[in-house]
Amino acid sequence: MGGLKVVFKKELSDHFTSYRFLIIFSLIWMVSLLITYMVGTSIREELTGIAKPRYVFLLLFMSSGGFFSFIQFVAFFGPLIGIILGFDLINREKNEGTLGKILAQPIYRDAVINGKFLAGVVTISIMLTSIVLVITGLGLKVVGVVPGTDELLRIAIYLIVSILYVSFWLGMAILFSIIFRSVTTSALASLAAWIFFTFFVPLGAGIVAKSFVPHGESEKTEAILRQLSIQRSVSLMSPVSLYSEASSTIIDPTKKTTRAYVLMGPFEKLSIERFSGPLPISQSLLIVFPYIISIIAITTILFAVSYTVFLRQEIRSL
Amino acid sequence: MGNPVIETEELTKVYGNQKAVDSVTFSVYEGEIFGLLGPNGAGKTTVILMLLGLTEPTSGKAKVLGVDPTRDAIKVKRMIGYMPENVGFYNDMNAIQSLRFIGELNSIPEKVLEERIEKALQIVGLEQDAKKKVGAYSRGMRQRLALAELLIKEPKVALLDEPTLGLDPDATSKMIELIEALKKDKNMTIVLCSHYLEMVQKLCDRVGIMIKGKMVAQGTIETLAKEKFGMGQEEYTLEEIYMKYFLEA
Ligand SMILES: Nc1ncnc2c1ncn2[C@@H]1O[C@H](COP(=O)(O)OP(=O)(O)OP(=O)(O)O)[C@@H](O)[C@H]1O
Ligand SMILES: [Mg+2]
Repeated sequence: MGGLKVVFKKELSDHFTSYRFLIIFSLIWMVSLLITYMVGTSIREELTGIAKPRYVFLLLFMSSGGFFSFIQFVAFFGPLIGIILGFDLINREKNEGTLGKILAQPIYRDAVINGKFLAGVVTISIMLTSIVLVITGLGLKVVGVVPGTDELLRIAIYLIVSILYVSFWLGMAILFSIIFRSVTTSALASLAAWIFFTFFVPLGAGIVAKSFVPHGESEKTEAILRQLSIQRSVSLMSPVSLYSEASSTIIDPTKKTTRAYVLMGPFEKLSIERFSGPLPISQSLLIVFPYIISIIAITTILFAVSYTVFLRQEIRSL
Repeated sequence: MGNPVIETEELTKVYGNQKAVDSVTFSVYEGEIFGLLGPNGAGKTTVILMLLGLTEPTSGKAKVLGVDPTRDAIKVKRMIGYMPENVGFYNDMNAIQSLRFIGELNSIPEKVLEERIEKALQIVGLEQDAKKKVGAYSRGMRQRLALAELLIKEPKVALLDEPTLGLDPDATSKMIELIEALKKDKNMTIVLCSHYLEMVQKLCDRVGIMIKGKMVAQGTIETLAKEKFGMGQEEYTLEEIYMKYFLEA
């Protein structure tokens, strides 16, 4: 067995036997089941009387049911899964003196970090896949509609994007666990990054955009449009916004662009969406493709940075 | 003297602007125990890390069994058993699991590994506690488990960094016996770092004294005694010799 395989195997079994994993897993399950049940029941009530509803199944993931939708839930809490799985992966082993011992065995140093990252990604995949499967199954029962291939495909793509997204946060947490010797510091740094990207960037985007609009023009449609477009570009610097845009476009076939609807109340928006035909999946994919590439790119860059820092670190500071 | 197993030439390591190891040249021959002595911060651990290929020398050369650790660290690490000064374990594993993990990292085939684990546990006297979580081990048990982890590799060379650190007198004498057995039964070549000079005097064929990164003396204890105290003074203890070097530096 190569070093990578041995490390991977150990890390994976560590994840699955840890209380930490069990707790977040059951937490996510509870919330997901709750959302599905609430959304499912409200969908069923609305559906009575409609002859041939389309894309009902996807509503399970995107409609909020008065609370928040599953998509929103993953966008918001997904990072925490990645952070919880990764924030102490390297520094804990430094502090306990196990890292030096492992590195004195005949394995390459990258086997350690690759094995840890891979085991984290597999854990995330298993976690998210099982939840999506359960939502699908439960939805089938509650709503009573069988999903079409198009819908299933969309769910599958959504799942892949979600795994990538949570892996990004795992990568960030691992990076902090390499940089900081203290487990508390790396946990705090990860949380700070989460708060920064989830709350600060979108808020800051609004402020930046506003400053670009000249005084006195803020009432004009043109100015508002420009302000919104700046706000959107800035907020896309956050993986949270990238993911939210990508996932909602994939799950919602009626969403034509990733551009925010301008000057439209929620009811207007809804009625317009009702009248316009849904996009075929290939079109939806085309729209979100750049977003997916961006998520893959930032995750790869982040991992490459962790990898380089880890490989260059002096053993005495390990 | 047999063949040289470890050779270094002007080995130097600089951390920032401090020379942790300064042009150290020494050789260790097959089947001998070489004691590396020196006050805290002298650079002993740094030498060992360079021999293992775990840290790169700033300049100079090292060779272990003819292999350069900076060039082919994997090969060197396969042949060397290393006992770090503050060895760590996964506390939720038991001794068998710990040993199996190390064995797998060394690509030891499963069947061979199971045999070696059993034998190693027997040698260090941990069979009774083999299924106990390492987290519940005492300091002495942990040190013995560390030695077992070294044994299952069946290395030709062992680098032991403070193997008796924090052990009580009884555990210390057990550890000394175990190290003696490594040499006698397995013909291992051993480098031993320690502050426990009585043990070093008992175990080591030759010693090297490091002070502030420099190797100020090396040889058998008798030669060093002669060098420092003159002819016919071979009966000086290592402690007295060491103190003399230390005070002069
Ligand atoms: N990562 C590092 N960065 C800077 N200096 C370091 C680093 N690691 C070790 N040193 C310095 O290198 C010198 C040699 O340290 P080393 O640990 O090799 O000594 P030692 O002989 O093993 O000491 P001890 O008997 O206390 O174990 C020390 O002065 C130490 O401060
Ligand atoms: Mg030391």
